Amino acid sequence: MMKFAVVSFPGSNCDEDLYYAITDDLHEDATIVPHTATDLTEFDVILIPGGFSYGDYLRGGAIAKFAPVMSAVKAFAQAGKPVLGICNGFQILTEAGLLPGTLQHNRQMQFICEPEPLLVANNQTMFTAAFQDQQQITLPIAHGEGNYYCDAATLAKLRDRHQIAFTYQHNPNGSVSDIAGITNEAGNVLGMMPHPERAVEAIQGGTDGLLVFKSLLQAHLRTV
Amino acid sequence: MQELKTEPTPAEIRDQKPYEAWGLSQREYEYISQKLIGRLPNYTETGLFAVMWSEHCSYKDSKPILRKFWNDGSRVIQGPGEGAGVLDIGDDQAVVFKAESHNHPSFVEPFEGAATGVGGIIRDIFSMGAKPIASLDSLRFGELDKPKNRYLLTECVAGIAAYGNCIGIPTVGGEIGFDAVYDGNPLVNVMCVGLMDQADLKRGRATGTGNSIIYVGAKTGRDGIHGATFASNEFSDEKATDRSAVQVGDPFMEKLLTDACLEIIHDHSEILMGIQDMGAAGLVSSSAEMASKAKSGVTMNLDLVPQREPGMSAYEIMLSESQERMLLCVKKGEEQTVLDIFARYDLDAVVVGHVTADRQYRLYQHGKLVTDVPVTSLVDDVVEREQPKKKPARLENVQPAQTPVVQQPAETLKNLLAQPTIASKQAVFKQYDSQVQANTAVTPGSDAAVVRVRHTKKALAMTTDCNARYIYLDPYVGGQIAVSEAARNIVASGGIPIGITDCLNFGSPSDPESYWELDQSVQGIAQACERFDTPVISGNVSMYNETDGRSIYPTPMIGMVGLIEDVAQITTQSFKTAGEAVYLVGDTGNDFAGSELQKLRGQMTPIGQLNFNLDAEAANQRLVQQAIRQDLLQSAHDLSEGGLGVALAEALFEYQLGFTGQTELTNSQLFSETQSRFIVSVQPKDQTEFEALAGKQAVLLGRTTDQDAVQLVTADGQLTARSSELKATFGGALGCLMK
Repeated sequence: MMKFAVVSFPGSNCDEDLYYAITDDLHEDATIVPHTATDLTEFDVILIPGGFSYGDYLRGGAIAKFAPVMSAVKAFAQAGKPVLGICNGFQILTEAGLLPGTLQHNRQMQFICEPEPLLVANNQTMFTAAFQDQQQITLPIAHGEGNYYCDAATLAKLRDRHQIAFTYQHNPNGSVSDIAGITNEAGNVLGMMPHPERAVEAIQGGTDGLLVFKSLLQAHLRTV
Repeated sequence: MQELKTEPTPAEIRDQKPYEAWGLSQREYEYISQKLIGRLPNYTETGLFAVMWSEHCSYKDSKPILRKFWNDGSRVIQGPGEGAGVLDIGDDQAVVFKAESHNHPSFVEPFEGAATGVGGIIRDIFSMGAKPIASLDSLRFGELDKPKNRYLLTECVAGIAAYGNCIGIPTVGGEIGFDAVYDGNPLVNVMCVGLMDQADLKRGRATGTGNSIIYVGAKTGRDGIHGATFASNEFSDEKATDRSAVQVGDPFMEKLLTDACLEIIHDHSEILMGIQDMGAAGLVSSSAEMASKAKSGVTMNLDLVPQREPGMSAYEIMLSESQERMLLCVKKGEEQTVLDIFARYDLDAVVVGHVTADRQYRLYQHGKLVTDVPVTSLVDDVVEREQPKKKPARLENVQPAQTPVVQQPAETLKNLLAQPTIASKQAVFKQYDSQVQANTAVTPGSDAAVVRVRHTKKALAMTTDCNARYIYLDPYVGGQIAVSEAARNIVASGGIPIGITDCLNFGSPSDPESYWELDQSVQGIAQACERFDTPVISGNVSMYNETDGRSIYPTPMIGMVGLIEDVAQITTQSFKTAGEAVYLVGDTGNDFAGSELQKLRGQMTPIGQLNFNLDAEAANQRLVQQAIRQDLLQSAHDLSEGGLGVALAEALFEYQLGFTGQTELTNSQLFSETQSRFIVSVQPKDQTEFEALAGKQAVLLGRTTDQDAVQLVTADGQLTARSSELKATFGGALGCLMK
């Protein structure tokens, strides 16, 4: 069994959804790990869920980056193992410096929850290999601060190094270059605003999200 | 810190009568002093009596009427009287739900008023031992041409979104209506639904002499003091500055509180004797009610209560309505287990008192006994007041409504689709996270929202409904219709209605006409509930919905939950493909009393006679239920505001379909609001079977097409429109009005 850690901060609210996506739908092993954990080496993947860590009262992810578990997350990422941050998890990864750029308030200054058409901009990553190149997919978004921003130089680097994993087809929040998800330079850390864990069963309205987790599983099976 | 200001003595209270401003009448004060405690109450005690005897806490005016509700039924595990009602849904699981109003706070401070409305009802749900799985909001505002109403709508929605999204409970639906009668008195009613294993059921009881009373959650501040009294008075523009009576919410704190309490309920049920939310009238109501229900007494030391600021008096501590607080009763000697769990969540948890055997309510502060009264005097001895009732003059000699002439049905349809009450609410709903918890099967916008029960085949359908224009015309029949429409929504979604909660939003009980309306609606609701086997398991009364002497339409909001036995039976309102046969279920008459068409034609105050027949309603619901069970329906949609025309259009939008057909109805009847009707769509291969099942209850209207066109030939004309244009009108109207 592949072992997924779902890191739960006070205020995370998609941790159980991720847990069930892995156990019920991917049929792999998942553990919800508290923000106080210091050693994550036993896991194959770290998932950082959506929600409002510490209430997000200062800025999405701004407090969570100081949580005890974050040094273990950084060590895990530096070891080249996969880290996936979704929604608030993406915000936490940018705040923690594991991904470039930042996530601002949505352009219209309102929370948006809706199914969002996306393009798989790069299917050559361990998170997206199960998709076709440029595949059109639909995943739910649900965020108030999902407007990705980075400066022109960073954007040029993201493009040159194929770090843009997902883009919006109808940019819902004002993100630079329609960016919905990016990887780090090494390709083992992915942050994305859309919620793949909410699209793993037909009853939820679609199953495109399951391919993100299947990609991770395929990558893992190649290494063992 | 030394309290400098001295409180009035009991004799000064008697002479200066400050209690009158707190809502306690002279007669009540005398009854309490002479009959219940045998002496003059001190300042703190007088304050406690004032809130505990307010309508908001005691239901003293509404109780004689509320007894007429029907709350039996084979599924009922817990009826009214606890945090929320509980119904058996099989597999040793139960659904828990309740609705609550936050009308006055939402007018004064709409963002926090609406947000704390959400927070309060969530605590009622998890205090029963249930995980909150969905919430719905029923909102009413004045017309959007007034900037104040646009502001109230925008801010209330933002407050609901801010609280609900953060705490991780999907906001799956609700409804929003607009009418000038809600100017200055918007309605914000929130319903929360929870799911639990029956074994986890908890109640708000302080049982077992010597057991500990533990205070948990946010610190107590000076906010919301006398909020319950505030809600039990008529509103005036002068009080619009009464912001200190409104609380401020912290959804992050509430999330921690929910998780911690549910952990204790799951893992340490045997040491948790009772748990209750500190809602209206905060610490006093929760502790006194827990003692009352357990027939015990309580002693608390107020110096131990976590306080946000120094120098708070006993009166202020007890009456504060600071949010995100719970009161627990824990077995003596086991307190540390509970305190440790709350410490792990970084929450304050303090033993503040203990249960006593003598049924006395005692409070100590700074070493002094500041309150010593029987528990029963605060909770059980409140004198009910059956108020005089009078049928309003407008309801004498009511004539049938006139049938409006409709020459251009397409224009009429477009105008109706642009009415804010009818138009798409997606501009609002998309601000709510409707999918967190990953169980939402039908998102906001269909007849009812549907949430599946993970690891089972079951799902729960839920809806809120009330057409107050009908209630205004006939509170009894209108009450029946409100329940019936909710049930139609559940049935159209593939569910069996199993129970209701309500928020009874009415005018002042001291107005005989308002009181009569309340009585009539409750009886109408009760009769329909019995007919549909949907017991009233919880609810809330909000009276005094009057501003400057003008009352709202009586608005008894019905929140209904239905059980879908198999997720395969989940049905939505949208036609799915071209070529489906579309049927109208139920007879259509000339029913324009209180209709949206009547309002569109300038009759702002509804007029005319309602027609309604519970038997026809039940028969049509049974037909749709059976057809869904036999897997014959592609879609089912209840007909409500705007009648057949609006319902038909709504069913086309999601899959961008067209429609062509013919009907014996007239142009006007396309917009008649005859009750008890559905439109359903059937695949050609299933038509014979469906027609055999339906007999004369359903009539074929036409077929869906893949053209961008709606064509319906009527008895006296034709409706011709482009589906895309109707959709654009429907989709864009509210957004435009909100700008």
